[in-house]
Amino acid sequence: MDSVKIIEIKKSVFEDNDRAAEALRGELKRKGVYLLNLMSAPGSGKTTTLIQTINLLKDKIRIAVMEADIDSDVDAIKIKAATGVDSIQLHTGGMCHLDAEMTAQGLAGLKPTSDSSLKGREDNYDLIILENVGNLVCPAEFDTGAVKNAMILSVPEGHDKPLKYPLMFSVCDMVVINKMDVMPYFDFDLEKCNEYIHMRNPKAQVIPICAKTGENVEAFANWLLDEVRQWQNS
Amino acid sequence: MHELGIVFYIIRDVKKTAEENGVKKVSAVVMNIGEVSTIVPEYLTDCWRWAADKEEMLRGCELRIEPIPAVTHCDGCGKDYPTVAHGKICPHCGSEQTWLLRGNEVEIKEIEVRDENASL
Repeated sequence: MDSVKIIEIKKSVFEDNDRAAEALRGELKRKGVYLLNLMSAPGSGKTTTLIQTINLLKDKIRIAVMEADIDSDVDAIKIKAATGVDSIQLHTGGMCHLDAEMTAQGLAGLKPTSDSSLKGREDNYDLIILENVGNLVCPAEFDTGAVKNAMILSVPEGHDKPLKYPLMFSVCDMVVINKMDVMPYFDFDLEKCNEYIHMRNPKAQVIPICAKTGENVEAFANWLLDEVRQWQNS
Repeated sequence: MHELGIVFYIIRDVKKTAEENGVKKVSAVVMNIGEVSTIVPEYLTDCWRWAADKEEMLRGCELRIEPIPAVTHCDGCGKDYPTVAHGKICPHCGSEQTWLLRGNEVEIKEIEVRDENASL
């Protein structure tokens, strides 16, 4: 019989990624670039919310968007056409999430064009928004190196999502509740939703919006602007 | 497919360890998977078979899973209880001030290598 040798590893599968994410955050801090990791289920209105938010902020800060999808570049084209800000499409090649290494590669591919009217930020963006793959499971497990995680939950998905996807809600500092205009047609209990979100993360902020009409998107945009300023000035 | 992504990370880590130890062929990989890690063990082993067989070093290599039961600790009464049966609320005192003690691990425990010199 063969003798078997055992080599102990005892290491979390996420360890290498966590280290890469920490290094990326350090680099972003040095450059004064705020990276937001935006997550949600497919069809929650991420792209529409982004377009509205960017249009409120683009004259104040320099913004770019990284779109991560398994395939296609419809989102990157749509964002660019609707806002004029730089966008890049990343393909995950079948993977259900983006990790820190892929994020760093995407960032390397984003180069500010020189025609910015925003003085002093010719070389770098102030804010880069990463629109992660539409999925409530895997993206939550992989630290992308972003400064903060935010997620969009839309009314038709139901107020019990924080119970079903605990990890996603525990890693997000900001939960935007979208499609508030269709509330009357769904059994969505905003109070319960708030309660469930705070069970997962007591510090999470919750902002209800309607991206289609633009209602209250300003509240999210203001939060984001504050975040960017704090990151750059602390 | 969630588990497939995880498998690619396992393969990367295992290959690295094997190379560092001068190993050319790995016969088994042992994983510690927490009960509430969101990993479905059968999916993980299925994905493993598909992906590992594409790697020379891991062809035919077995993936063994040792589950770790999930345990939650209650700050309210100081007791521990099984997470899956009771969730977030402590069955002893009804407190919601609870946190996961263990059970979300996705960890590579060890790899097994047949002694090539012995079989030659």
